[in-house]
Order: sequence, then structure tokens, then C-alpha cells
Amino acid sequence: MKQEQTNHNYAIEMKNLTKKFGNFVANDRISMKIKSGEIHGLLGENGAGKTTLMNMLSGILKPSSGQILVNGKEVHLNSAKDATNLGIGMVHQHFMLVQNFTVLENIMLGIENTSLFGILNRQEAKRKIVNLSKKYGLKLDLNAKIEDVSVGMQQRVEIIKVLYRNADILIFDEPTAVLTPQEVDELLETLKLLASEGKAIILISHKLKELKAVANKTTIIRRGKVIDTVDMKNTSPEVLAEMMVGRKINFQRERKSVKTGKAVLKITNLKVINEQKIVKVHDLNLTIHAGEIVGLAGIDGNGQSELVKALTGLKPIENGKVLINDKDLTGASPRKITHNGVGHIPEDRQRFGLILQMNLVENASLQVYNQPPYSHGLFLEPKAMVKMTKEILSDYDVRYSDLSENVGALSGGNQQKLIIARELSRNPSLLIAVNPTRGLDVGAVEFIHSQILKAREMGNAILLISYELEEVQQLSDRIAVIHDGTIVGQAKNEDLTESEIGLLMAGEKLENKEEVIHAH
Amino acid sequence: MRIKKVRLGGISVPLISIFLGLVVGAIIMLLSGFNPLINYLNLFSGALGTPNAIGEVFRSATPLILTALGFSIANSAGFFNVGLSGQALAGWLASVWFALAFPHLPGFILLPGSIIMGALAGAFWSGIAGFLRAYFGTSEVITTIMLNYISLYGTNAIVKGVLTSSDADSTPLVPIQARLRTPFLEKLTGNSTFHWGIVISFFMVFVIWWLMKKTTLGFEIRSVGMNEDAARYAGMSTKKTIISSMLLSGALAGLGGAMEGLGNFQNIFVNTSLPDIGFDGMSVSLLATGNPIGIIFSALLFGILKIGGLNISISSNTPSEIVNIVIASVIFFVGANYIIQYLISKMKISHKSAKLISNSTKGGHK
Repeated sequence: MKQEQTNHNYAIEMKNLTKKFGNFVANDRISMKIKSGEIHGLLGENGAGKTTLMNMLSGILKPSSGQILVNGKEVHLNSAKDATNLGIGMVHQHFMLVQNFTVLENIMLGIENTSLFGILNRQEAKRKIVNLSKKYGLKLDLNAKIEDVSVGMQQRVEIIKVLYRNADILIFDEPTAVLTPQEVDELLETLKLLASEGKAIILISHKLKELKAVANKTTIIRRGKVIDTVDMKNTSPEVLAEMMVGRKINFQRERKSVKTGKAVLKITNLKVINEQKIVKVHDLNLTIHAGEIVGLAGIDGNGQSELVKALTGLKPIENGKVLINDKDLTGASPRKITHNGVGHIPEDRQRFGLILQMNLVENASLQVYNQPPYSHGLFLEPKAMVKMTKEILSDYDVRYSDLSENVGALSGGNQQKLIIARELSRNPSLLIAVNPTRGLDVGAVEFIHSQILKAREMGNAILLISYELEEVQQLSDRIAVIHDGTIVGQAKNEDLTESEIGLLMAGEKLENKEEVIHAH
Repeated sequence: MRIKKVRLGGISVPLISIFLGLVVGAIIMLLSGFNPLINYLNLFSGALGTPNAIGEVFRSATPLILTALGFSIANSAGFFNVGLSGQALAGWLASVWFALAFPHLPGFILLPGSIIMGALAGAFWSGIAGFLRAYFGTSEVITTIMLNYISLYGTNAIVKGVLTSSDADSTPLVPIQARLRTPFLEKLTGNSTFHWGIVISFFMVFVIWWLMKKTTLGFEIRSVGMNEDAARYAGMSTKKTIISSMLLSGALAGLGGAMEGLGNFQNIFVNTSLPDIGFDGMSVSLLATGNPIGIIFSALLFGILKIGGLNISISSNTPSEIVNIVIASVIFFVGANYIIQYLISKMKISHKSAKLISNSTKGGHK
């Protein structure tokens, strides 16, 4: 059923696609054309309408008006299945995999090839999948269960899944948000390979660097409208960012010189074990001074989560000492730690940082509801809570329609800003920020970075933990690298190159830099 | 795509549920050869036709309001308290026991004392499950079910062995000054069993609403129920919150039991099964989606069905089994209002997609 392809045809073309939800126009006459063999970036802030557009392409939403053309022929997509049949495949940001099925079963799921009597024809499927994975260099462990494989492999499963369904038009929704730097590089190579095989690829991303690295063209949308489609060869990231947010974006993080003060956080010989009694953090020593940002670089899963949970009282400490402002808070309760001047921007904002079904006032009051003036004894003081909420939300530029709306209704960026407003407005002497900008657009990132730097200027100590090396390098005064539960090296930001940090993250030793690594 | 939760201004789903339940009940009656119209008329006149009937409806709603409040408060903290019956029975026993033990105390001490003893006994009984859940992670569903049985047979043993002298099946009536029923109310409602407990129920509705919305404890209970991780992150003690919500839940169920002991029956007797007020309280609370004001109305609905149902059997030859099936089908639909919500959302979507399909086929012919 595939059309004979002629040169002047585009693999997929959108003509004046419009989607309205009531009076709200999510997509306003959007037109885009993507050729086979092209990687086409789609850039836009959170809420710009990217997801709506892609949902129309993948048959989940129906356009209010406008046309979609596949290989030059107009199509009407009534379901995700229609899209699959036309060769459109989507790799979602949040993987859609069955955790306790194997990789093979997940790929087969939905289009099981059965022989007579409905017996699964695994062998044939397996052959096809092995071929695909060889062809595109996507390493897979077909018999492993999804719950046991890395995030990077889960994403490869998703990619093979769409290729297995013979997709020629591939949509990637923020594919690098969950990957380590190495996995990002591998993915970008895969994208190039897929394009060279004649696939048309739409790459949705916030990350200008990645788009610059692989995309041929990029369409920028803002508030549901196309701002421009540009050739990536002669467009700078600065220009892209400006088009995306509609104003100039400053990529340089200005770290004013701040005189560092006394040690605020002092961790000695920390040991933390997880529920399965496996040691996740050991012999960890780290000191952070007032007015200093220490960035903890490391690959996901090297003990960062356990370290933060131990520091904030959410996990018991097996051994070692945690001093905050010279006070021994080893194994103290979360509340005691909070009351001793610690602010915490948690890794998983929706699981730990917010109660999505509660309103903005309740979420903003989460850390202070039990103290005056927000409550006296048993009695809450809603007026004081509302007043404080209004103030901090406007101070931190959180956009909302009504204070009584549930926090789940806010966009991801505004949810994160609310957490940052709540934690920073208490002026904590120690701020622990874990992936504070994950999944946010450049405008929000710029704002959050400036707030963290402002906290530093006010003489607060900051522990920044991020899986994005770029972020660590932009903000930190000192960088410590964590590998396998312990700090394998730390030095002043200026004294470590990106490749040196990368080596440390991977557990290698730096031959000629022995003295730097052990300096405190 | 995620199906958006259908919001129907709160009241329409319960009303549709009731209506569907009545329709199914009517079909059952038609199939069994009885006239649904007459029977429904009898039901409503039996429940609302005379002051006596209205008094009985309110009396029957009184303990339900309390057990429903108890269920909803535990449910807010994320716990499914299936033990309301056992807790209510414990409260019933304790209130009657206290009243019988101190017959010479003046009413202004004996009555409140008996009521408070009922609440404490209920709280103690649910507290066991709360403690086990908080400190050992034991499923509260299993522990409360088992505690129900202990409560039932334990109470019966105490009634026979301790509270009565000659192995009798029921205790004497509680002293007059400990009774919630008064001649004044009996006169007002044509000799019904209506009693002052309704005032306590309404008062507790207000107290619980206030507790959940205006106090730090209520804030903690709701936080733990909606997101335990975030509650812990915010420094709340989940153990303390779990136990306090279970204690409150059991205290309310125990109050419900005390209403039976000091109001409806004025004594306690050997029960062959767990009192209905526990399980009905769960349905009442679910119907009202935990909303305290809604609980008043849904408890009254249950009262109407129960009291009105009696009248069907009295004024027609419809057997009481059929009446119970009709009542049960109304309660079934009411309890299954999630299904109604689902069906409504489904109908809306299929309506929408039908439109889309017809649009696209039009487009396809171009």
C-alpha cells in the first residue's frame, strides 16, 4: 500500500494544521515538510504545542482543520493504528513498556505473529528483530526483562519497536531527557544512521546542542504558531533560543565572585545501603562552604539518589556523620533537617516534591504549614498561607490561573518553579538541588539557574546534583565526581576539563592529575 | 490518550445511580410479577408519609452518618477500613456496659460518659489495625476483617457471660438518664425510635469537615493519603498520621455503635452477624465521595430505602426477598457509581468519535 516515491514528494507534510480545544488554539495553521533521509528538529517551549502536533501525526488527536500528507497523498488518521499502518512511528519520552515482559515480548506486543491455533511465532519475530538491531547497531538483550535493563536499552527497545512495525517516519519526543552523555552520543549516531537509510525523522528537543549536531532543518514553534523553519548549517544556538522564547537568552551564567565562608555541610565517611542491603554510598567525604556551589557529576545510579535521601532524612544512614552548620544531623528526621536550614529540590518532583491533587496554596505551604504564622497549634491559618503563596509565586514567576487549582494542572516548568519558590523562599543555608532543570525549556532553565546563583550570592551553600554535565560545569565553583557510591575526584571547576570529568564518571583514573583529585 | 476525568458537578452521578438502581429494581419486580409503580409508591410513602416514618428514617441514618465519616477519614489517609462493623460493635458494647455499670450517676455525666466510652472502644479496636499497619506494614484490610470477627464473638461472649446473669441473650435496658430516646421526641414523631443521636451525628459532620480542612492534622492526613512520599519529604510523620486517622475512624464507628446502644435499642444483645451499619457506612461514604455534607444526604437515602422497604412488604404481598433485591440493586448502582462515570465518559467519547468518523468519511470522498 506504500506509494511509489518520487523525488519532489515529501515523506510527510503538514498543511495549515490547526487544533482547537474549545476556545484555546493549541496549534494554529502549522505547516511543516519533511523529506525522507532528513532529520527535522521541532523546537519549542513547554506548552508551545509540540505534543499536540505530534499527537495529531500519530493519530491520537484529530485536527480541527488542515491536512496531513504522507508521501504526497492526503491521509485521515482516526487512530494510532492508522498511523502505524501508514508507517508513522513515535518513540515517546515516557516509555510505554511492560515492565515484567522481556525485551522480545515488548517488541512483539500488539502485532504478535501467530501461526495456526494462535501459537506465538517467536522465532520469526526474533530473526527480524535481530536483523534490525544489527542493521542499526542497536544492542539489545532480547531475553532480559524490561525492569532489569538500563534506561538506554529501554529506549532502544522503543526504537526497534517502531522499526519492527515498518515505520518510515519516526518521531522522537525528547529522546535524550533520560539518557547519560554517552547514551546521548550513541542515540544521535543511531538517528543519523536511520536518516541515511532513508527514514524521515522528526526530533523534538529542548537541547539546542543536539539539534545542532544532527538536524538538517528545524522548525521553531511558539504559542502554537510556526515562527520559522531554519537550515541548521547556518543558524547559531543563540538565534534558535531567541526564536523559541521570543527574547534574548543568556547562555553565560555569570558567577560573581563570592567570598566563601565557613563549612555549612560536612559529610564524613558516609555509608548508605538500600533496601536490598546493597551498599550504595561508601566512604563519602564532602564539604561545602557558604557561598559555594559544589556540583556533583556522575552517571545516574552511582549513589546520588541514596546520598540525597540520606542527607535529607528520607533514608537511614548506616555509618558516618553529617554536620550541617556544625550541628550533628546524622539520621535526623526530615523535619528536623528542614528546620535546620536545608532546602531540597527533589529528583522526582511529582513523587516527592508535590502533591499533585492538592492546590497551589497547600503545596506551597508543605514545608511550613506547621509553624506560625501559617498555623497556631492545631489550627491552620489559610489567610497567611494564601498571602505567602501569592508572594512567592509572583517572586518566582510561577504562572497559574487560580490559586485553588491543583498543582497537577501546572506545566512541568511551573511545577518546578513552585518547588524552587517554596525551597528558596525559606532562604536555606544549604540547598540540595537534584536535576533542578530536567525536562525544562531554556527560558525556565535560565530562570532557575539565576535563582540558584542568587542563593549562592546570598551566602548559601549549594549541593547541585545533575546528570547534565553542562549544567554542573555552568554553575559550580567546585566539581566532585561520584562513581560507584563514592567521590572519585574533586577540584575547582576551572581545573577539570569535560573529558577529564567524563573519565572520572566512567570510573577511570586520571594519571597526571593525582594532586588535583585528592585536594579538598 | 488519557481519558479525561468526567466532572459532572458532583450531584448528577449519584442521582443517575439511584435512578438506574430503581429501574433495575422495577425490572426485577416486573419479571417476578409484582407492580413496581405501586411498590415504589409504598416505599416512598412508607419512608416519608408519616411523622413516624420520617423519625425512623432519621434514626436509621444517625449511625450511618457516623460510620460513613469514619470510613471517609481513614480513606483520606489512604486506608480502607473494612472494620467499621467490629469497631461499631465494640462501641455499642462499651457504651451500654458503662451505662449499666454506673446506674446511679446523674444523666449529665452518665450519658456523655457512655457516649465517650463507645468512641474510645471503637478507637481502641481500630487502633490495633492502625498500629500494625504503621509499624509492621500489615494490610489493614486483613486485620480489620479479622478484628470484626473477634469483636462479634467477643461481644456475644461478654453479653452472655458478663453483662447478663443467667446466660440471657440480651441485657436490660440502660438507665433512663443514659438514653438518647426521650418522650418528647417520641411524641413529636408518632412513637418512632427517633433519638437525640442525630444531633451528635450532625455535629460530628461539622467537626470532621473542620478537622480535615482547617487543621494541621487534617492537612497531614490528606497529604499522606494522596502522596506518602511527598508527605515524608515535607517532614510529616506517616506513622503518626496513619495511627491518628485510624483512631479517629474507629472512634466515629464506635460512636455509631453507641447510637444503637443508647438510642435505637437501649441495650445490647447477642448478634448473629456483624451490624449492618459498618458495611452500609462504607457505601454511604463512597456514594458521597467522602464529602461530609454528602454523607448526610446519602445516609438519609439509605434510611429511606431501609424504612420504606419495610412498608412494601407490609402493604403488598411482595416478599421481603424481592424488596431486599430492589434495595440492593439501588445500593449496587450507587456503590458502582464509578461504572456510571465510566459509562458517561464512554458515551461522550463514542459520540465524539462517531462525529469524527462521519467527518472523515465525508472528507475521504473528496
